[in-house]
Amino acid sequence: MSTAAGPTVPSLSGVAARAGQQTPAADRPVKIDAQHLNFYYGDTRALEDISVRIRRNIVTAFIGPSGCGKSTFLRTLNRMNDIIPGTRVEGKVLIDDTDIYGPGVDVVALRRQAGMVFQKSNPFPKSVFDNVAYGLRINGMASNRSELAGRVEESLKQAALWDEVKDRLDDSALAMSGGQQQRLCIARALAVRPDILLMDEPASALDPIATQRIEELVYDLKKAYTIVIVTHNMQQAARVSDYTAFFWLGRLVEYDRTDKIFTNPSEKLTEDYVTGRFG
Amino acid sequence: MSPSTSLRASPSTRLRASPSARLRARRFEFLIEWALFLCALLSIGTTAGILVVLAVETFAFLREVPITDFLFGTEWTPLFATPRFGVLPLVMGTVLVSAIAMVVALPAGLLSAIYLSEYANPRVRRVIKPVLEILAGVPTVVYGYFALLFVTPVLQRVVPGLAGFNALGPGIVMGIMILPLVSSLSEDAMQGVPRGLREGSFALGATRMQTSLRVVLPAAFSGITAAFILAASRAIGETMIVAIAAGQQPRLTWNPLVPIETMTAYIVQVSLGDTPQGTLEYRTIFAVGMLLFLGTFGLNLVSAWLRGRYREEYA
Repeated sequence: MSTAAGPTVPSLSGVAARAGQQTPAADRPVKIDAQHLNFYYGDTRALEDISVRIRRNIVTAFIGPSGCGKSTFLRTLNRMNDIIPGTRVEGKVLIDDTDIYGPGVDVVALRRQAGMVFQKSNPFPKSVFDNVAYGLRINGMASNRSELAGRVEESLKQAALWDEVKDRLDDSALAMSGGQQQRLCIARALAVRPDILLMDEPASALDPIATQRIEELVYDLKKAYTIVIVTHNMQQAARVSDYTAFFWLGRLVEYDRTDKIFTNPSEKLTEDYVTGRFG
Repeated sequence: MSPSTSLRASPSTRLRASPSARLRARRFEFLIEWALFLCALLSIGTTAGILVVLAVETFAFLREVPITDFLFGTEWTPLFATPRFGVLPLVMGTVLVSAIAMVVALPAGLLSAIYLSEYANPRVRRVIKPVLEILAGVPTVVYGYFALLFVTPVLQRVVPGLAGFNALGPGIVMGIMILPLVSSLSEDAMQGVPRGLREGSFALGATRMQTSLRVVLPAAFSGITAAFILAASRAIGETMIVAIAAGQQPRLTWNPLVPIETMTAYIVQVSLGDTPQGTLEYRTIFAVGMLLFLGTFGLNLVSAWLRGRYREEYA
């Protein structure tokens, strides 16, 4: 882990100290490019003209008060809102230069590419093994039993869960602790080899220790994945993310390097929010 | 001074009724409570009464006929000159017709539950569900004649050797009758599966069908099983359809093409006839009724237990 170039240890204090390491992030290729995105629940516009460029292999945090549209925007990135009746999207979201709302897009392939972790951990009422194997099975991604087992193990290791569960892969996932369940859901998402990981308040229901493990995991995973994380917790955003987007009333108020958002935001609204004056 | 006294005085006049009025109100409350209690007692009392009558008559029957003869005998000819009291042919008739009904109702009910719960948009569901439930409101005598005069003749064109009275036609019609029960209760169970599980599945690239079959269905399994058992118990207790269309020949057979007789149809047959009260023949219907009661009661218990377990899982 520590042999990789660039940042190694997430620092709780060093938002400003990390500023120097952020510069290369701005040069990385664009992974997700939303252009003038509007989103409607029925007649209600929930997102208003969102344009944002998210670069490869960095962590982007979405912050903002409840109902500001940050989760809704996250869910437009893998078209999870499609399953809600009466919703509508205008504008474009390019992932690797392909408009995911364009004609002929394979939503199944999109969702495989952009894995998602939810606020409330949602393991299936199956064994630990079957939970991780689920995505591989439905997508026909393992040709035999040993390949399947190998990929399950690999995913559990990536999610830093293997050592805890390797002796009870056949136990029900529902018997695990909340933090373990959430890491299982991360393993499940990683198993189908996405390159984007969308996390919707993944630690909001967890205790501080479990939260810290998730944050460390996010830090490790960004070497291989482009991560977008929605969070209510501004310390968490400051700790884990390279870039931060502040949403307010369905609009994207400000999007910049995390250290800038938290120390020297351009918008008064952002400053008021991150300093706790409202929200 | 005066406003404060009037403030203090006014609630005492409005909220505090005179002692006699309070007494009247309390007596009235007391009467209401007892009336409601008696209403509740009535249905419990009725059930208890039925049980007592069943038990007493069954006991009287079993004093003359050994219980092993009754439960394991293979011939049921209580009205013949040399009566035999082996209930197995009736049990088998009941099981046969109910099994046919379940073969029809399970797949159809489950598929329509999957459609209603996982595919239909809420507006369609609001229309279709009540329409489906109307099926359950059709009087069973109508189903009986539907089986006898429509389904059996149609089946006779494709199934050679199908008798006019048989287990197949009534079984299929009974399946149609319990289909709404299966689909409605299964759909309730599937609706109870947390939305998060579906999202988790969709987020991994699963289709609606994969999500329904591999996540929702297993998660709702105990609720769906409870629905099936309840439907089976309904099929076993169903009377009119089989009394009309299945024939009245107790026969120990798995052949669905020939006339048979179920436990319920036998009870109808004897109670309609001129069997004198207090005779052994008369008591047979209580013995059969007791068996029927125990069977459906047992199934309902299992179903309730399963539903309780299901609720625990996703409380």
